[in-house]
Amino acid sequence: MSRQRKVALVGNPNAGKSALFNALTGARQKIANYPGVTVERKSGRFVLPTGEPVEMTDLPGAYSLDATSPDEEVTSKVVRGHFPGEAVPDVLVIVLDASNLEQHLVFAQEILALGKPTVIALNMVDLAERDGLVLDAMLLEQELGVRVIPTVAVRRRGLTDLAEAIASAEMRHPGPGITDLSLTERRVAAHAMAEGAILSETRRHRLHAQLDRLLLNPWIGPFVLFALLFVVFQAVFAWATPFADGLEAAVGWLTDWTIEFMPAGLVRDLVTDGILAGVGSVVVFLPQIVILFAFILAMEASGYMARAAFLMDRLMSSVGLSGRSFIPLLSSFACAIPGIMATRSISDPKDRLTTILIAPLMTCSARLPVYAVIIAAFIPSRSVGWGIGLQGLVLFALYVAGVIGAMAVALVLRRSVTKGAASGFIMELPKYQLPRLKDMAIGLWQRAWIFLRRAGTIIFTVTVVLWVMLNFPQARPGESQVDASIAGKVANGLAVVVEPIGFNRDMALALIPAMAAREVAVSSLATTYAVDATDEDEQAMELGDQLKSRWTLPMALAFLAWFVFAPQCMSTIAVTRRETNGWKWPAFMLAYLFGLAYIAAGLTFWTATAIGL
Amino acid sequence: MTLDLLPVGQGARITAVDWKCLVDEEAHRLRALGIDEGAKVSVSHRGVFGGRDPIAISVGRMIVAVRRAHAAAMEVEVL
Repeated sequence: MSRQRKVALVGNPNAGKSALFNALTGARQKIANYPGVTVERKSGRFVLPTGEPVEMTDLPGAYSLDATSPDEEVTSKVVRGHFPGEAVPDVLVIVLDASNLEQHLVFAQEILALGKPTVIALNMVDLAERDGLVLDAMLLEQELGVRVIPTVAVRRRGLTDLAEAIASAEMRHPGPGITDLSLTERRVAAHAMAEGAILSETRRHRLHAQLDRLLLNPWIGPFVLFALLFVVFQAVFAWATPFADGLEAAVGWLTDWTIEFMPAGLVRDLVTDGILAGVGSVVVFLPQIVILFAFILAMEASGYMARAAFLMDRLMSSVGLSGRSFIPLLSSFACAIPGIMATRSISDPKDRLTTILIAPLMTCSARLPVYAVIIAAFIPSRSVGWGIGLQGLVLFALYVAGVIGAMAVALVLRRSVTKGAASGFIMELPKYQLPRLKDMAIGLWQRAWIFLRRAGTIIFTVTVVLWVMLNFPQARPGESQVDASIAGKVANGLAVVVEPIGFNRDMALALIPAMAAREVAVSSLATTYAVDATDEDEQAMELGDQLKSRWTLPMALAFLAWFVFAPQCMSTIAVTRRETNGWKWPAFMLAYLFGLAYIAAGLTFWTATAIGL
Repeated sequence: MTLDLLPVGQGARITAVDWKCLVDEEAHRLRALGIDEGAKVSVSHRGVFGGRDPIAISVGRMIVAVRRAHAAAMEVEVL
């Protein structure tokens, strides 16, 4: 018995599996992907009452072993021991929602028919009691032939009993057991068992039905949704600012400290101009991402997310997507990285791929610094009437251009490269629940860590490479470093390509480091124009004057149009590669977005020139 | 009458499903959720924008959102 035993949680979606998993394993969880698929593998350490540590995994929620989604396929293969490289679980813990036994017992019977040592957690008995439902766990135990432990994961009720049952599950002789039945037979049996287990049922006012009447109301529902989205946007852009400023100050302090304590030279420049500037520019987005995910996790845990998908499904279906794509796309307004990570909740692979491919078209917050600088320099600050400013209008138009572009692209993709059966929308609307602080904290910590690790490593590499390209070969005295560098040479070549769309060499040069992150275009233009600035506001202001004297209005507009579409973000490409398991789709994304950016910038430039702007 | 035409709140039983109208995976998923011949259902909510799509169906103790196209493939008898 030297091998560590394995316990797996299995059950329908919305059975409270994750909450039970969090309660059993605490924050000591490992998150990775199952090899070859983008399904999250969550595992943690759990100590049995005997003192024996076991590895516990939280298998993806499934309705049946007959898989219809990548998630279900993983669960189905793992419990049957067919997943290569994944050890067969020694004990299975079936998690059932006590107030939805009739449905959850259908899948439970399928698992029990495998004949493995199994324990059943009759979860969320408190919510069932809230609905006026009292159940007889002993009776279920007799019918199913395995231990049935009533639990309330979020209140840690029943966890000790559950642990004991898991420890002794392998010793237990299997009871009469459940034989392999057809789906219809299982459903009939589930119905009978669920009805039989009810000790008493009093019809109470069901809270969730009343909430749904409000939140899914054709008039009030969308209003509430948009009000909530407004708050989310406000929070992401306003509440995050002090934290982002704090992080920025910390990076600045670290830079100063490095300058003070390291001898001047190439290595110090690499640390300050390369690593700190590059990695720092991504880390400042962490507060926004944490706030965004706090809202997303709260919406998911409360059950509202499914309602938002329900409300938005009709709009999304007009471009061949479903309501499930709504939240990932919404997240992409803050940053495409969490948006693309959130597409994991989309079960249809074609839907998911389309959503990933259009996510970078949502105007992320990294574009704002670029837009702000160019708009401030070239768009006059005057009113167009009704208290609407021209600058704000242009900014709004850029956001709208991104959304319209995304919808158009989705429409085309769903009819060409991601063609498939019309994507359906079949989704359980789970019961409303108050999100638990502990589950939220664990979720937030995991998201933040994934973001820092993924974006951090790739950004780190890219900034070092860019720094090398900008600093080598070293310029001879009297020659500009930019002209002498590899990046300068590349910009000369690139300038020929972007000349037809109105870009000059400086713009071409700015595009190269902006591949790491869009907002780097601003600092790179600033560097190129040798503006001696101490803080960002001053930098932005002086850069504005510089730009006005060197660029024409059509050039500036073309530059804006470029940034609506161009995939200038290495982290997005890296995340896309990870989430699609290969280079094919990120390459496709790069090609089509650069193509669109080129066309959009060209059209803008020539139209603006033609009408004499 | 088909399920998509059922008035909100009216209880009904699914008598027949034209599985050919549905993609295999969707048919599978619907059956896994208990939306199948013989199931007692009612429509609890309808969508917002044009076409009143999708619709939320109450089956057992669950509420499941489906597209109208799915519901149109299901023949129901009013209870």
